[in-house]
Amino acid sequence: MSDVALPASLATAPAKERAGHGEALAAWLLTLPAIVAFVLMLLIPTLAVVAIAFTDYELGAPALRYVGLANFAELMEDRGFVTSFRNTAFFVAVTTPVSIVGGLMLALLIEGGTRGRAFFRAVFFLPVVSLMVAMATAFQYMFHPTIGPVNAALRALGIVGPNWLGSSDSVMWTLAIIGVWEQVGFNMVLFLAGLTAISRDLYAAAEVDGVRSAWSRFWTVTWPLLGPTSLFVLTITMIRSLRVFDIVATLTQGGPNKASEVLLYTMYTEGFTFFRMGYSAAITVVFLLAVVVLMLLQTRVLDRRVHYG
Amino acid sequence: MAGIVLDRIEKAFGETRVLKGVSLGFDAGAFVSLVGPSGCGKTTLLRIIAGLERADAGMVSIAGRDVTGLRAADRDVAMVFQNYALYPHMTVEQNMALPLVMRRLSAVERAPFLGRLVSGTGERRTAIKAEVAEAAKLLSIGHLMERRPGQLSGGQRQRVALGRAIVRHPKAFLMDEPLSNLDAALRHDMRRELVDLHKRVGVTTVYVTHDQAEAMTMSDRVAVMLGGNVLQFGSPREVYEQPATIEVAKFIGSPRINILPGEAGAEGRISVVGAATDAVAPRTTGKLDIGIRPEHLVIADDGLAIIVRHVEFLGSEVLVYARDTSGGDHLTVRLDPQAWERAASHETLTVAPQPGKLLAFDAAGNRVGLISTETAAQVQAHVPSRRVPRYV
Repeated sequence: MSDVALPASLATAPAKERAGHGEALAAWLLTLPAIVAFVLMLLIPTLAVVAIAFTDYELGAPALRYVGLANFAELMEDRGFVTSFRNTAFFVAVTTPVSIVGGLMLALLIEGGTRGRAFFRAVFFLPVVSLMVAMATAFQYMFHPTIGPVNAALRALGIVGPNWLGSSDSVMWTLAIIGVWEQVGFNMVLFLAGLTAISRDLYAAAEVDGVRSAWSRFWTVTWPLLGPTSLFVLTITMIRSLRVFDIVATLTQGGPNKASEVLLYTMYTEGFTFFRMGYSAAITVVFLLAVVVLMLLQTRVLDRRVHYG
Repeated sequence: MAGIVLDRIEKAFGETRVLKGVSLGFDAGAFVSLVGPSGCGKTTLLRIIAGLERADAGMVSIAGRDVTGLRAADRDVAMVFQNYALYPHMTVEQNMALPLVMRRLSAVERAPFLGRLVSGTGERRTAIKAEVAEAAKLLSIGHLMERRPGQLSGGQRQRVALGRAIVRHPKAFLMDEPLSNLDAALRHDMRRELVDLHKRVGVTTVYVTHDQAEAMTMSDRVAVMLGGNVLQFGSPREVYEQPATIEVAKFIGSPRINILPGEAGAEGRISVVGAATDAVAPRTTGKLDIGIRPEHLVIADDGLAIIVRHVEFLGSEVLVYARDTSGGDHLTVRLDPQAWERAASHETLTVAPQPGKLLAFDAAGNRVGLISTETAAQVQAHVPSRRVPRYV
């Protein structure tokens, strides 16, 4: 581009070197607090969890023994864990696409609407700010097989509603519905932010260029320009879904008959109910690996196909 | 004819009346500028021609067809935006091809995989590719086809936007300040290129700008807009030499025209700041505003005494910013360097208007026709009434 005027002292080599050392030292000093915090709060605990995963440590036990991959071998054999893994995958697979598409559609409707925009934005964002622990009672009542309004409504239509949270066939679906309810508003807000960033002129240009229908307008302008937003929403939604815990802990406790066990809930019961810290840590390692794999997949595969401004 | 006709266009945004009954008409193939300060309604008028905005009242016709009720996609016009409005996720080639793709291929044929199955899609895609390549050649951007807008400079983006406009041979080009995001040197070059392009393609062009120099140098005709009205519509020379109102005179021309207090005395004889001139305003008396372009003031023995405040030497000319000694009015004088060198003093000057170059405006701001004293005398002697005076 253009030449930059440098102070004369920087232009000579030895002075430059000295300045370089000073600068490097200052840089390390300034990053030191962050490095210390990172090592103490994140790196050491994570490494400790990974280390514990290779031991038979139990909370309060006087000693621990290195057991190698025994915990992981046990995981593979453990029917409870396999169910829990499968349930978590199911939960992620259902809530992620539904809450992303739902969030996008809500955002498009609100953006395209003329009246009550603030009202609808607030209504759909409400689940994000409400506490799941507090909402659990409401859902317990809503999905109650006999007195719940959901089944009452179905009865009015002549349909016999399922025992939503009480039957092992329907419990994961019910939790997924609640998961979508919880996440869709958050995704909607993210998409709304993404939509407002798209230049009005692009829509005008598309109109002049002969893009007639709302459908082709969406695929020509909106969707490609929402790319970075969508990638972020996908990442955050998958990780939030993977971390599902509070709805299980408050509504089903993994039941009925372990039909709604999920990774974090299994980890929690193994660690804090049965005090098998080594085994619990092994589940955490599996959980962390799942997160890392998802992140890699997104950054390596999708990021290349997304256009940034 | 059959260019663009606008008939009594009105538009209001809420309480604000942006356009107050604008009528304009010009031939096919013309290069017309809408020029005015920001907020004068020129961009709104352009968007109404494009169909991106709907007029509250009035009629728009393009190439002999009433398009008032048609949406932008059906009007067969192309638009170039100030920020280019290129699709950032598409290559240059895809950007330029989009108007053709949208018009010639059906929704199914456009679909990523399905399209290949429909017979004839391939040939049509090839034809589009060839036309895009031709337009790209015209703008010398053939080597950029595979790049994305983010990888281009401002000037290159500008060309791509132009390419997207010319590729489908529309009935009209609508340009909304297309050069204002470019640096000064590039803007200057692009002006000439746009004029060249217009000559070669010959499509009716409406060009919105707030830069009067752009409007003056590029257009066949200039519409000067102010406060939602077109004050004057004429050739660049007309709006410069014969401005309809004092606002037009002030807006067109750089440096700005000098406006001095004047008066029409007995028999309409004009005097400026007390000094008599050889101009006559027939059938007019009383106070007038007199406009004198900076280049129409010359150093004279007798005339207006001014104190020099600031001098700009521009090589080919010298701009003298001064104040007149009696009234304190600010004045700009444009002199050639030799005249400036010859001046007796560089602190004070005596200047007088060139004969026949005065512009007079009445209290309402409308221009009053002036004739020379000789013509006035002749008119008086030979044809005492009803003869249209020759304006000078």
